[in-house]
Amino acid sequence: MAEERRFRSASGAPIALRCRQHSASCRELAVRGPRLQLRSLSAATSAVWLAAYGLFALSENSMVLSAAIFITLIGLIIYLHFVKIDQESLLVIGSLGIQVTSSYASGKESTTFIEMGQVKDVVINEAIHMQKVIYYLCILLQDPEDPQGVSEVVPLFQSSKPRLDCLIEVYKSCQEILEQRKTASQ
Amino acid sequence: MVLKVFFPSCCSSADSGILIGRWISEQNSAVILAVVHFPFIPVQVKHYLGEVQRVTKVSVSVLGSWSNSKQEKEESLSEFLEDLGTIFCHEPWIQISKEGDSKFWSCSTLQKHSKNPQEEEIILVYYDQRKVMLSHLHPPLGTAGQRAEDTSKLSAIFDTVARSQVLFMTDRYDEGPIKLTHWQSDGMEASIIVELLKQASVPACMLLTFLLSLVSGICKSRVLKFWPLSFLWSKLSTCEQLGHRLQHLQAISSNKKAQNQHQLMRKANIFVSLLIDVALGMLLMSWLYRKNHIGHLADTLIPVADHVAEELQDLLQWLMGAPAGLKMNRALDQVLGRFFLYHIHLWISYIHLLSPFIEMILWYVGLSACLGLTVALCIASDIIALLTFHIYCFYVYGARLYCLKIYGLSSLWRLFRGKKWNVLRQRVDSCSYDLDQLFIGTLLFTILLFLLPTTALYYLVFTLLRLLVVIVQGLIHLLVDLIDSLPLYSLILRLCRSYRLAAGVKFRVLEQQDGKPLRLLMQINPLSYGGVVQMYRLPTYSCYPRDSWASLCKKLFLGELIYPWKHKGDKQN
Repeated sequence: MAEERRFRSASGAPIALRCRQHSASCRELAVRGPRLQLRSLSAATSAVWLAAYGLFALSENSMVLSAAIFITLIGLIIYLHFVKIDQESLLVIGSLGIQVTSSYASGKESTTFIEMGQVKDVVINEAIHMQKVIYYLCILLQDPEDPQGVSEVVPLFQSSKPRLDCLIEVYKSCQEILEQRKTASQ
Repeated sequence: MVLKVFFPSCCSSADSGILIGRWISEQNSAVILAVVHFPFIPVQVKHYLGEVQRVTKVSVSVLGSWSNSKQEKEESLSEFLEDLGTIFCHEPWIQISKEGDSKFWSCSTLQKHSKNPQEEEIILVYYDQRKVMLSHLHPPLGTAGQRAEDTSKLSAIFDTVARSQVLFMTDRYDEGPIKLTHWQSDGMEASIIVELLKQASVPACMLLTFLLSLVSGICKSRVLKFWPLSFLWSKLSTCEQLGHRLQHLQAISSNKKAQNQHQLMRKANIFVSLLIDVALGMLLMSWLYRKNHIGHLADTLIPVADHVAEELQDLLQWLMGAPAGLKMNRALDQVLGRFFLYHIHLWISYIHLLSPFIEMILWYVGLSACLGLTVALCIASDIIALLTFHIYCFYVYGARLYCLKIYGLSSLWRLFRGKKWNVLRQRVDSCSYDLDQLFIGTLLFTILLFLLPTTALYYLVFTLLRLLVVIVQGLIHLLVDLIDSLPLYSLILRLCRSYRLAAGVKFRVLEQQDGKPLRLLMQINPLSYGGVVQMYRLPTYSCYPRDSWASLCKKLFLGELIYPWKHKGDKQN
């Protein structure tokens, strides 16, 4: 079953949360950020080309124009492939682990899988980001030597930065599945 | 608890039979390696599995039954498969059945001796057997090797498939009592070229080892250990680079087989690095000797040296006047200026003495570019060092004078205040001086202080020149190190066969149907390019920087000689 709900990110942009339950112990939670707008793309391109044309008018060197086109293309490719994240998703499989995927605008997907044995807990933390205090969801990894200790904190949804109401939904979903492993081990 | 079944995707269309694989009870997961088809004799199957277990040290056993019926489900077949569970007793007995071409299989377990008879959830994970077998799972960077072993469940699965290679040797064309289906059941593939190379590599390695032992014997002979020659060898970076490459050649031509994945990759990386190096060197050589470029180079060398000397003379004339409007002490200025000018004059005379032979020397030295681009770059760096030797000399003279002056000033300043340096206690103590000591000390202090700007200016100018030369040499050595240490084979492997270098796995959820087990596809998540370089970097013989910025500045201020590039063989001072 898939349901999509609208929320807001920490900076006010509209985001959508989609929750799918594949089976009793497997859930997928995906947060989709706003897509690349045509008007911002055209605004940026026009600004660069106007500046290049101005330089060309001053210097009479046609290399400036070709350089501007080149820079625009390369910049756009780099932005789409390395910077703009379209969707961040969390796949929680009860006995296997948690998989964190970020999909970029160019279609590239970067995935990390954390085994269930390494996951200590999933919690909502507060952080100071620039001039704001925001909430973020993170996975606490177990320290193999110290059962009570935490070896690493993996923050989730870093580019879409959902607000607390969205995070609570995701938190509740994750905790339902994580509780199953506690009951199973008893 | 949830039962996880790892099913190879190559067996999806296999005929009915029984499943063999490994049961990992701690994780409640079954790794299926192959399907044994009917007809078979259970005793022979058990015997075969025992042999496989002995050879591979993997506890392979019969895990369950697999039925692939093209028509409707047959009742008799399902009863027969259940009865098999009693022959090969295994807890739990897994039964997977596929109807027709349906994607959704039904999977159930038979537990005879279970305490809680509840329905447990089953997860079906498909994996690509060939890729998992060939892949090497890297522990996450930054963790110790032992810790990763017991916390990683995935490494157990990768390990199981990788070590069961002997199970995949029999294919369906073999005449034997057991008929298996696995990724290689259509026949083993091999490449003729690879087999020929393997056969040819043994005598080639032996020949190479023999030649290398000759060369290293000559290098280590007593003749070359006498003092002037050994000093020369240690200063020339070309000899270090050649020694480094010799070590590499010895590493790849040794007869010992690589023990583990890391050593195998290291050998391959060294081999590819040597190959690329020699290829680039040949390219450089063909460019140098075509159209007599090397002759042009030799012709421009002497005029360039002359030009540098003229520029230095102009600089010294400028310093002897009123440089940047500063007023120098005339006498000291003239002495230092004339001394350095005479030095330059000597140097130019030596260069002109050597000029008829330069072309011939350069022609023969250029031939050594066939040993590799790194050797050619090191020779270029050494030639630069030799041509700018006078700058190095000036720097040393200037630095020594300045250093002497600074130490003298600090000691006399202590005397001025009535203190002295206690060498025993390594601290400043008060001391009572005689009147004549104080008088002479103050006089000397004043003289040194007023001569300080002149010496300091000469020191500054020559230090800047020296730093310029050092930066140019440093850039060349950086390039040499890059060619030496870049693991090209690993990078090409990551580009072309990315499943071989695995950082982890990723799961994809396939189409689901209610009532059927959860279907996941397990794919290999390859290591990032940065991770590949960090893991498989070849060690080099130099490491920089030797000093931190703070200590470098302190040394410059005090006038101590600086050697910014450290070599691993140097002793720490």
